[in-house]
Amino acid sequence: MCLGIPGELVGPAGGHDDLALVEVSGVRRRVNIGLLEGQELNPGDWVLVHVGFALSKISEDEAQAVLAYLEGLGQPYEDEIDALRASDIT
Amino acid sequence: MRFVDEYRDADRARALAAGIAARCRPGRTYAFMEVCGGHTHTIYKHGLEDHLPPEVSLVHGPGCPVCVIPMGRVDDATHIAGQPGVIMTSFGDLLRVPGGTGSFLGAKAAGADIRMVYSPLDALKIAKENPDRRVVFMAIGFETTAPSTAMTVLRAAAEGVPNFSVFCNHVMIIPAIKAILDSPDLRLDGFIGPGHVSAVIGCEPYAFIARDYRKPLVVAGFEPVDILTSVHMLLGQLAEGRCEVENQYARVVPWQGNPVALEAIGRVMRLRPHFEWRGLGFIAHSALAMAEEYAAFDAERVFDLPGIRVADPRSCQCGEVLKGVLKPWECKVFGTACTPETPIGTCMVSSEGACAAYYNFGRFTRDRTRGPAGEREVSRA
Repeated sequence: MCLGIPGELVGPAGGHDDLALVEVSGVRRRVNIGLLEGQELNPGDWVLVHVGFALSKISEDEAQAVLAYLEGLGQPYEDEIDALRASDIT
Repeated sequence: MRFVDEYRDADRARALAAGIAARCRPGRTYAFMEVCGGHTHTIYKHGLEDHLPPEVSLVHGPGCPVCVIPMGRVDDATHIAGQPGVIMTSFGDLLRVPGGTGSFLGAKAAGADIRMVYSPLDALKIAKENPDRRVVFMAIGFETTAPSTAMTVLRAAAEGVPNFSVFCNHVMIIPAIKAILDSPDLRLDGFIGPGHVSAVIGCEPYAFIARDYRKPLVVAGFEPVDILTSVHMLLGQLAEGRCEVENQYARVVPWQGNPVALEAIGRVMRLRPHFEWRGLGFIAHSALAMAEEYAAFDAERVFDLPGIRVADPRSCQCGEVLKGVLKPWECKVFGTACTPETPIGTCMVSSEGACAAYYNFGRFTRDRTRGPAGEREVSRA
């Protein structure tokens, strides 16, 4: 729940305006980007995702560093990614 | 002992460790509290304390939302889950958290419909798909997750989802830090500020810590080098006689936080007059409830709650651990009666809890001569 997971914006997800398609650890998921309203977002940008919401825009370097850190966490990260895989927000 | 070479930026870590030692004034000890459970996890996983000079000790704070939820709130949630037609939804982290009468896991085994979700929006989707059921989201977390709950309630209101409600247990970090600063039994020299919470609230709300309590605070990232850098920055402030709020994690944390997130919280939630924290007792204005305008989505109004209060188990010393007065291994039941498999206290449940982090990384053989802050031995083998 407390882990922020980096995701790369792919594009709009259709449906609700706040939804975007984001690729996270090789999985494409719909994520809510409503909390980044007013910030310029383009495909290829990286965001930090918390419980289905993008909370901050980050650089690609930071995203890669966070991913390496998360992978090093082991089980807590695997649990979070499993939960994210099962997520199907609309 | 972990070796610094394992770090992504080993050279920098080594230089920082030397820099930290150089900034310690001879004959003085320093105790810094890392408020966030994510930092606690990094510190134990990477054995960071082994790279600090004996003069510097890290005190683990209350920043694990799973660890501070009082048993009575878990019992209230389990009570809701047992009502006819209810689907209770929750983050997986809460599944094993013990209440006075058992956990979600136990209630689920006894037949309650309790489902783990990744996002509150997943809970809302379950509500839309099950219009004849009452779907409740058990909301926990600091300011990192509160905006997501608020945004989900705004969606539920906009779309008119009458069978969805939130059991709101969101807590706030600033009142907890203030309670710790006002606690008579703890001497701290500064704070390592939380990363993701600060991405929401920004750095300004910490200003009173420097101004009124004369303690420096550095908002920090989660990698070993981030934490070492923050300790180095804290020591730098003390050496120069400064007390300021500094942001080591500017690559994620804007100084002003996330205004959209704060606005969403402000629209949907209101401050509670007081809220009970596991082990810390009641803290004024430390938690959020649903605002009157969103009463229809407030599980505390939709359901008749027993409002159970349960005293922490007498053997459990989570309160002292959460305030940093005791190190995990100094608790009477640590590693014996209380383990991650059969937790008595919440600090042992979450992987970010100080006790579970300490237990999981096999660090409970560490020398026990380093007592609580203020009484530390400075000599070390």
